[in-house]
Amino acid sequence: MTGTGSQRQNNPLALIFPATGRWAIRIIGSLGAIAIFFFLAFVNIFKRKQLHEIVRQVYYIGAGSSLIVMLVGLFTGMVLGLQLFYTLVKFGSVGALGSAVSLSLVRELGPVLTAIMITARAGSAMTAEIGILRISEQIDALYSMRIDPVRYLISPRIAASIISFPLLTAFFDLVGIIGGYITGVMLLGTNAGTYLYRVQSSIDMVDVRGGFIKSLVFAVIVSCICCYQGYFCHMRSDGYGAKAVGLSTISAVVLSCVFILVADYVVTSFLM
Amino acid sequence: MDRVPLIEFRNVTKRFGDKTVLDNLSVKIYENQITTIIGKSGTGKSVLLKHIIGLLKPDEGTILFQGKPVDKMKKGEWEQYRGAIAYLFQNNALLDSMTVFENIAFPLRQTTNLGKKEIEKRVLKRIEDLELSEAIDKYPSELSGGMQKRVALARALVEDPKIVLFDEPTTGQDPIRKNMILSMITHYRRKFGFTAVIISHDIPDVFFISDRIIILWEGQIGFEGTYEELTKMKIPLIEEFLRSLDGFQDELTGLLSREAFRMHYTTMLGGTAKSVAISAAVLSVRLNILQDALGPQPAVEVLKALGEYTNSHFNAIGGFSARYSRDQILTIFPHTSVEEAKELVAQFALKLQQGVLDNINGAAMAKIGPQEGFDIYIRAGVTEVLPNDRIEQIIERAEAHQEIIATHRCNCEGSVQ
Repeated sequence: MTGTGSQRQNNPLALIFPATGRWAIRIIGSLGAIAIFFFLAFVNIFKRKQLHEIVRQVYYIGAGSSLIVMLVGLFTGMVLGLQLFYTLVKFGSVGALGSAVSLSLVRELGPVLTAIMITARAGSAMTAEIGILRISEQIDALYSMRIDPVRYLISPRIAASIISFPLLTAFFDLVGIIGGYITGVMLLGTNAGTYLYRVQSSIDMVDVRGGFIKSLVFAVIVSCICCYQGYFCHMRSDGYGAKAVGLSTISAVVLSCVFILVADYVVTSFLM
Repeated sequence: MDRVPLIEFRNVTKRFGDKTVLDNLSVKIYENQITTIIGKSGTGKSVLLKHIIGLLKPDEGTILFQGKPVDKMKKGEWEQYRGAIAYLFQNNALLDSMTVFENIAFPLRQTTNLGKKEIEKRVLKRIEDLELSEAIDKYPSELSGGMQKRVALARALVEDPKIVLFDEPTTGQDPIRKNMILSMITHYRRKFGFTAVIISHDIPDVFFISDRIIILWEGQIGFEGTYEELTKMKIPLIEEFLRSLDGFQDELTGLLSREAFRMHYTTMLGGTAKSVAISAAVLSVRLNILQDALGPQPAVEVLKALGEYTNSHFNAIGGFSARYSRDQILTIFPHTSVEEAKELVAQFALKLQQGVLDNINGAAMAKIGPQEGFDIYIRAGVTEVLPNDRIEQIIERAEAHQEIIATHRCNCEGSVQ
């Protein structure tokens, strides 16, 4: 070891900067790869013979998740009704309960909680399913049969997510508002007419559009991250085979949730 | 051979990181042949196949299809080229969430514009060809290994490919199944007329069915040629490798391996006075005909029965035998004149006819049905062994004297050979 070499090794900055640089390059590389992956998958949505698979995926991701999404929506609305009732009572403005519940749901909680629920239910399944196809060489088999795996596996899932997320968000919002009605009106005795009038008068199309834009952004984020993690699970350095599928599923769910919240802030700041 | 190869690797190099897997490799694969690729693990056999199908691209060099560089093909040509190739994965890679029918129909549904009825017709034809009717609605996990292999083959063949690539099709199978799979490959190759490229370590069985053998050695070609040329080859390292795979016994029949037989023969000649009579017999069945009529399993069963019985019968009287080609058994009778050897073979034939082949009746009947019949002919040729005879010369002479020594009728009606 030369004198300069050992000096360099002892200098903490000489360790921190390269490590940070490597990390940054890795992150940027991954983001680039995901962007290309999404682009290829998106373009392939419009190819032939996709409709059947897209409908099947809408059934899995959309129809299959509707019950759990509505259940979560109902209880979220009920809790909101309860919490906001006691808060608004302090200020003597219980009449605004309908506005508070509906705006919180339509603008914020609806898109975010729906996306998180779909990530937990369908996103993890996407990663695990694609990951297993990868480790059992079924993706290579598709390629060997001249079937583009991205077209067959990824594009329908992204298309189905783009279709399902806004629809499920709408269900969530509606059921949430009904949940608020159950606690606010039926259990705590707020005036029913006031509640419904406030809901109707306070929600503008801008709020609804904002909520839907968010749900579309979340659809792209969740489907991309989950499919990408499954598709490239064989390239993980921290595990092989079934373990890699497990780790990819964890990464997919965690990253999706984090990116949903980050994107929520970014999109909200643009919309406000 | 100056004809244009179907696929040619010209100075192909492939590296993974610092490791060079294919090193300036040039290989030719000819149409309508079975080409076997063999080599130690990690020498790039699968990498070679993956280059053919386009899963991997060479770092240097060119791959040509019918003389045309693959990397310079237009999209349409590339699609056509890809359509001509099917790949059989080692683990079959069947889509496990689909039934057998759906698996076989899948490539047609995804890559062609055929109507539902036409797809169904083609799939049912392949299902019938590969005897998968009872598995049509089952999922891959509900099938045996051999059946899964047949489904994978049916899926590969449903698009009538020109080339089928087999990645270690026999690994992890028992001797009968190994031979069945190899028989299946030759059988369907003749039936459908595709070019087969096989990666396998099951020597000598895979050699018996191969038209050309390529040995990959440290990223390069260690040997390229026919089985006969391979047996004459003198490259110590490769010979040692092949011996390590070959073993002492033929797995299917329990007979001596070719190498062990050669050693026995040389030792015997060395220890025998020149004047002592030695005779040899070549026993054979026409495996290809059997296979066409009865299917791969009964054909392999006949060969196994013949081999096992030859071994036990002639060993007891001092002879020793080896399976010398796919369906030929060579037996040497030391201290025996030709007349005595003929007598021994006749006794052997009588006993063989009396019972040994009975156990294949059931399997054969399932295939040909009770209304038809089938005769299995066992042939034998006896010759004397002259001093300094090479084994090939003995076989040649014995073959010239071959005649039918035993017949076995699978059922009473009709007679097909």
